Amino acid sequence: MGVPTQALFGQLLIGLINGAFYALLSLGLSVIFGLLNIINFTHGAQYMMGAFVAYFLLQWAGLGYWWALLIAPVVVGITGIALERATLKRLYHLDHLYGLLLTFGFALIIQGLFRHEYGSSGLPYSMPRELAGGQNLGFMFLPNYRAWVIVFSLAVCLTTWYVIERTRLGSYLRAATENPALVQAFGINVPRMITLTYGFGVGLAALAGVLAAPIYQVNPLMGADLIIVVFAVVVIGGLGSIMGSIVTGFALGVVEGFTKVFYPEASNTVIFVIMALVLLVRPSGLFGRAS
Amino acid sequence: MTATANEYVGAAAPAVTGVPIPQVVAFGVMTTILAAAPFLVYPVFLMKALCFALFACAFNLLIGYVGLLSFGHAAFLGAAGYGAAHSAKAWGFPPELAILFGTAVAAALGVVIGALAIRSKGIYFANITLAFAQMVYFFSVQAGFTGGEDGIQSVPRGTLLGVLNLNETLTLYFVVLAIFLAGFLLIYRAIHSPFGQVLKAIRENEPRAVSLGYRAERYKLLAFVLSATFAGLAGATKALVFQLASLTDVHWTMSGEVVLMTLLGGLGTVFGPVVGAFIVMALENYLSQLGAWVTVVQGVIFVVCVLTFRRGVIGELGNLLRKSL
Repeated sequence: MGVPTQALFGQLLIGLINGAFYALLSLGLSVIFGLLNIINFTHGAQYMMGAFVAYFLLQWAGLGYWWALLIAPVVVGITGIALERATLKRLYHLDHLYGLLLTFGFALIIQGLFRHEYGSSGLPYSMPRELAGGQNLGFMFLPNYRAWVIVFSLAVCLTTWYVIERTRLGSYLRAATENPALVQAFGINVPRMITLTYGFGVGLAALAGVLAAPIYQVNPLMGADLIIVVFAVVVIGGLGSIMGSIVTGFALGVVEGFTKVFYPEASNTVIFVIMALVLLVRPSGLFGRAS
Repeated sequence: MTATANEYVGAAAPAVTGVPIPQVVAFGVMTTILAAAPFLVYPVFLMKALCFALFACAFNLLIGYVGLLSFGHAAFLGAAGYGAAHSAKAWGFPPELAILFGTAVAAALGVVIGALAIRSKGIYFANITLAFAQMVYFFSVQAGFTGGEDGIQSVPRGTLLGVLNLNETLTLYFVVLAIFLAGFLLIYRAIHSPFGQVLKAIRENEPRAVSLGYRAERYKLLAFVLSATFAGLAGATKALVFQLASLTDVHWTMSGEVVLMTLLGGLGTVFGPVVGAFIVMALENYLSQLGAWVTVVQGVIFVVCVLTFRRGVIGELGNLLRKSL
């Protein structure tokens, strides 16, 4: 093809990085959708909040990246829990579209407030000293931080998958997805499980935000457009499918990266084109069950 | 159904046969106000609001009467705008043909997107339309004729049918008003026709409608294409009014805005989208100096509407008067 291997592997790396974020975000969306049956439109804003909490921790408390990786998901997760308790909870008896509209409203509010306060230009966030530098692999240069993002997010994704698909807690969760009334009758506190699940999904978004901060800077609108791509990823993988989100997330990141090499004009649209094709063949997504 | 009315999005509209008196009165009032308005209010603002009102009515056709929430209607508004602007500027089309061409572009796009999207429902449908609209957005960013970030500027308004000079603001206003009223009445007609009744049947109980022998998919597709076409009519008109077709109209925030207008005015009401569009436009006009606060206010309206005010302004008013508006 006449494409230098350097460029090819470079884009493969960028694709894997993007794929890691797609996977983390669509995983959170899938977990939330599975139990709450709503598409969490606030997800992009919560991803952005994760990055901002990391920034605040550094500016105000002098706590660095590693603390942020621990604290930001918890803090943002708690705001998510508050949001679910105060508002989302009241909409479960209505058409699920109201949940979509409500979370869309919250996304506008959060992004508007942050934009008012911090403008639209990014704030720099330096990467942890431990992960500076990189490895020369001979055929390409691999920055340590990017390798860390890929490995760490893959680990988080697989752990989540394991917990949901292979543990007792996960079996409660899956059962509640199938039939919440029955699970409630068995004495399991389903409303609390729903709340915690929402908090967990939001926490995953915030975690992705912290991971993204050193790469993309901290920007009030960093999640606004990203989330729409992630919605397409979720549709392709099949809503509610855990492994589907992870696999399609990484795969689409890589496909997008390669498109940048071979046909750059289509790199922004390729995911949406794939989505259209998948819908033609399998309307419920690659890993989704037929509805 | 009465007990659960309003539990479903857009379920507020009961079946109506004939034209009820309150709606005729309301239509008369609306037309009178709109005819008098340009002498009291800045006409360009009114024209903008009228275009968005038509856009919201088109959107409401889908959400209010088929129960499908499209999150990608900006695609039709924007694509028609580009179609009209490009044909008027580059090919020298007169305004009537430019608007027609822009509307046709939106209709064609509606056929393609609709054919793929109506296979799904609910949240999937919202997601899928959103993704297609984003595809149209990225296409608009990259395609040469759209002018990318700059858009298509200084589009000639021309002379309508060779008679009406659209560069005169008042003439243009009444042309826009005529287009809006025509679109409004056509949508009203579609909703209150046997076709509209079938749509409502599908919304309420699709398997039942299918078992009665209606091809639900075809009805839904036709409704989708109609909605896209009228959204296109609004977009094409808007492009000529502002002499500009830009990325703003294709961006997903525009899709969100039309949802907001319709929700605020009242999903599934006849006049709600018009009222909602005027309120949202007035708010944006008023708050435009405040920058990011506009987004915050929009978000707050969304949250308040969804939590406490699901019928919207006109829906609540109609409920108060026990009339279907």
